[in-house]
Amino acid sequence: MEDKPIRRAKPTPIPAVAQSAKEKTLPLRVNGKDYFHEGDPDMPLLWYLRDVLRLTGTKFGCGIGACGACTVLIEGKAQRACLTPVKAIVGQDVVTIEGLASAQLHPVQQAWIEEDVAQCGYCQAGQIMAAVDLLRRAPKPSDADIAKIGNLCRCGTYPRIRKAIARAADKLQEGKA
Amino acid sequence: MSAGPNLGRRRFLKVGAASAGALLVGWRYATASDRPLPYLGAQEEAAELGPFVRIEANGQVVIGARGCEIGQGVKTSLPMLIAEELDVDWQKVRVEQLPYGYIETDAGPSDKYGPQGAGGSDDIPTGWKDLREAGAVARWLLLSAAAAKWDVPASELRTESGKVYTKDGRMLDYGTLAASAAALDPPKDPVPVKTPDQFRIIGQPTRTVDAADIVTGRAEFGIDSYLADALVAVILRCPHLDGTVDKIDDAEARKIPGVKDVFAIPGPAPGAPFDGVLAAGVAIVAENTWAALKAREKLQVTWTPGPWGAESTRALSAKANELLDKGDDGVSVRRDGDFAATRKQAASRVDARYEMPFLAHATMEPPGAMLALDKDKALLIASLQSPGGASQVISALSGLPRKAIEIRMTRAGGGFGRRLNNDFVAEAVLIAQKVERPVKLMWTREDDLQHDFYRPFGVHALSATLDKKKKVLGWSHCCAATPRFYRSSATDRPVYTGCLEPDDFPAGLVANLDKTFFGVTSGMPRGWWRAPLHTFHAFAVQSFIDEIAVATKQDAVQLRLDLLGAPRELPYGGHGGPVFDTGRLAGVLKLAAEKIGWSEKRSDGHGIGIACHFTFGGYAAHAFEVSVEGKELVIHRAVCAVDVGRVVNPLGLEAQMMGGTIDGISTALNLAITVREGQVQQRNFTDYPLMKMAQAPRSVEVFVVPSERDPSGAGEMGVPSAAPALANAIYAASTVRVRKLPMLPELMRLL
Repeated sequence: MEDKPIRRAKPTPIPAVAQSAKEKTLPLRVNGKDYFHEGDPDMPLLWYLRDVLRLTGTKFGCGIGACGACTVLIEGKAQRACLTPVKAIVGQDVVTIEGLASAQLHPVQQAWIEEDVAQCGYCQAGQIMAAVDLLRRAPKPSDADIAKIGNLCRCGTYPRIRKAIARAADKLQEGKA
Repeated sequence: MSAGPNLGRRRFLKVGAASAGALLVGWRYATASDRPLPYLGAQEEAAELGPFVRIEANGQVVIGARGCEIGQGVKTSLPMLIAEELDVDWQKVRVEQLPYGYIETDAGPSDKYGPQGAGGSDDIPTGWKDLREAGAVARWLLLSAAAAKWDVPASELRTESGKVYTKDGRMLDYGTLAASAAALDPPKDPVPVKTPDQFRIIGQPTRTVDAADIVTGRAEFGIDSYLADALVAVILRCPHLDGTVDKIDDAEARKIPGVKDVFAIPGPAPGAPFDGVLAAGVAIVAENTWAALKAREKLQVTWTPGPWGAESTRALSAKANELLDKGDDGVSVRRDGDFAATRKQAASRVDARYEMPFLAHATMEPPGAMLALDKDKALLIASLQSPGGASQVISALSGLPRKAIEIRMTRAGGGFGRRLNNDFVAEAVLIAQKVERPVKLMWTREDDLQHDFYRPFGVHALSATLDKKKKVLGWSHCCAATPRFYRSSATDRPVYTGCLEPDDFPAGLVANLDKTFFGVTSGMPRGWWRAPLHTFHAFAVQSFIDEIAVATKQDAVQLRLDLLGAPRELPYGGHGGPVFDTGRLAGVLKLAAEKIGWSEKRSDGHGIGIACHFTFGGYAAHAFEVSVEGKELVIHRAVCAVDVGRVVNPLGLEAQMMGGTIDGISTALNLAITVREGQVQQRNFTDYPLMKMAQAPRSVEVFVVPSERDPSGAGEMGVPSAAPALANAIYAASTVRVRKLPMLPELMRLL
C-alpha cells in the first residue's frame, strides 16, 4: 500500500472575521488584536475563541464553569470562557494562552516546562491562566493561596503545579529585584 | 501480525511540501495568533532509516512516536528507546506523532509500526524489544554507510551523539551519511542492542517532548482539529438504558441560525454487541459548536424507555448481597485445598464485605471525532486509544476497505480506558454518511458521564480462617459483580474476566483458597477503567488484610510479609504474568513502610495505613498518614513505592505514580456513578467531583526500587493500592472501617 496521506493537503480556510466595525457587530479585543463579531452575541467566549478565531488552546471541559479548562484572562482576571457570552466583554481585553508569551515565554509557562507539569496536557492552559492571575494578586502565594485554584486536573498533576507556581513566583520576584 | 519493525525503505512520513501541507489539514489556523504556523517549509531531501527514523538534509533527526499519547508519556518514552540505540543527542531529536500504520501484506493485514493502542500498560514492555531493535537497525545502516565510504570494516567504527568515528579520529555526522544509509538493504541478521552500561538516554530524567506546545496552547488534541467544510455535530442521546426514540419535535431547534439538519441515530439492536454506537439519539448538525448546543437545548424528544426501568444501584447492591448470602450459584475461579474444612479447625475467623460503585472515566477532553468520509476514502483525526479498533469500526459501517482509511492520532486529553471503545467514531460515521460533509462530533461532559462504558459494579465478600498462632489457614474471595464482558464481541472469555483474577495475591500463598464469581445482571455498559480489576482486588484484599491484622492484633506489614514468604516467582496467568514475584512485592511494601515511618508510634491522632499490589508486571505500595478532624479528612503524607524494573524515564515514572496515586484517592474518596430507574444519575463535575488541588496531598513522595530487570509499563500501577492504603490509614486514625466506596460520604455516615 502506498503510504502517502490519502487526503491531499487542503488547508482550512481562514474563518471570516470582519475587519472593520459594521452595524450589529461586537468589537472584541483578544491578545491585543481587534475583532468584530457578527454572529450570536450570546455565543460563549469559549466557542468564539475556538470555532471562530481558531484559538484552540482554550479548552472545553464541562460547559458549566466547574473545571476551569477554559480559563482566560479578561482584564487580567481569570474567568471561565464557557460562561462568558461575548456580548459581556465588549471593549475588554482578553488574553488567551496563545497570547501569554511575548518575545519570551511567560515565567509561568517556563516554570511549567521546567517542572514537567503536563501529563495529558489538556487542562494545563487553564491552569496556567489561573496561576498567572493568582501571582498577580499574590506575588508570594502561600500553600493556601495556591489551593484556591479550583481548576480540575484528571491526571493528578497538582503537586507539580504547586512546584511550578512556586518557581514562577521566585522568577517573577527576581525580575522585580 | 508482525509486531516487529517493518524495515526497508517504506516511508514513514512523506517529506516535503505535501507532508507539511498534510499536517495543516488537522491544524487550526490561528488567525489571532502572532506566531506563524510551525511550518518548516519544504525539505529538499530526507532519508528514511526504517519506519521510525528520518534524517533530513540539514541533519535534523526525526523520530516517529507510534503510540497513543493519553498522558502516560509514550510520545516521549518510546522515541527515547529508539534514540538510545540510534545513538543521537536527545536534545537534538525532533519527535513526530505517527499516524495509524495499517498495511496489507502478502500474509494479510499488518501494522507498519507495530502495536499502537494504549492499554494494559504495554507500550514500554513491547517497545523495549522492537523499538530498540528499530533504533539499532537504523544505526547499523549509518555505520555500514560510513564503512563503505571509508572502506574500513564497520566493526572498527563507533558512534556517539549522531556521529560516526574511525579509530584514527575521522568523523562523519549522520546527516552526511543518511542518504547512502537509506539506500542500503536492511541487515539480514538481528542487530545487537546496547548493554545497559552504554545507555545515555534510557534512565535520564526527560521532560515531555510536547511541553512547549502544551504551555503555549499549540499542542493539538482531537477536539482542536478542523477540516475545510466540516460541520459540527452533537447528539441528544437517550437517557434510558437501551431506550429508543419515540417522537422528535425539532421545530424550535431548526430555527437556531446555523443549524443544518436534525435526525435520529438508531441505537444498537437489543442485546447486540456494543461494537458500533452505544445509545439511540438525535443528531443535530450545525455550522458551529454553539449553534449545535443551543439547538440541542431546544430539541424536544420523547423516549421509549428500555427494558431496564427497574435497574437501580440499590437493587444491584441487594442482588449482589443476596447472591453472596446464598453462595451456591457461583462460578469457581480458583480452588486450592479445602477452604470449607479450615472453618472447622480454625481458631478464629474474619469476614468482611466491600462494595465498589460503577465509575466513569471522565477524561478531561470528552470523546469526539473529526471525520471526512468520501466514497472511496476516509480520514479520521481524533484522540484515540485504539486506532485499530477505530479503523475496524469505520470500515464495518462505511464498507470502505481498511487500507482506504487514514487515521491520525492527536494527543488525547486523557484516556483511562474510555477510548478503548470507539462508539464516538461510529457515531461520526453515521452522521457523516447522512450529511455528506466532513463532521466534527462533539461530546459534552453530560454526554460523557451519562454514556460511558463504566467500571463494573461489585460486592466482594472475603473470609479468612486462622489457626491458634494467627497463621492464615484459609482464604475465600467471593465477588458478585456486573460482569465486565457484556454485549461484547469477545464471547470466549470466562464470565469473571475483568472482575476477579485467579492468580492474584494471596493465591498460591494460602494452602486453602477459594475464589468464586457471581454475575449480577445489569443494563449498564461496562468497560476497562485504568488498572481495571486491580482497583477492585486491591481495595478488597488489602483492606481485608488490614482487618485481619486488627482482629488478630498483628502488625499489618508483618502479616503481609509472612504471607508473601520467601522471595520467589509464582505462576501468574493474568495480564502482566507469566510470573508474580513475591520478593518484589515485599520489597515495595518494606520501602513504603520505611519511608512513612511505619514503626514509629503516632501520638498526635494521626493514623498511617499501607497497602501493596501487583499490576501488569509492576509492583507498587502506598502508605498514607491522615487525621480525621471533626468531619474533615486531612492527608498529611502520601508515599508511593514502586518497582517497574529498569526505569526508562524517571521523570515520567514519578509523574505516573503521583498521578496514579491522586487518581486512586480522588476516585475512592468521592466518585461514583449510580443508576436509578434505568438512568445514570450523574451529569457533570458538580455531582462527579474530581479532586481539586485543595483536597489533594501537597506532594506524593515517590520512591523507586532500582532494578536491572526489563521494564514493565507504569501507567496503571500507581492506582490500585492507593485506595486501600487510604482506607487503612483512616481506620488507624479514627477506628472507622470504610468498606464501601466512595469513601468520604461513607466515612461521614459512619462517624
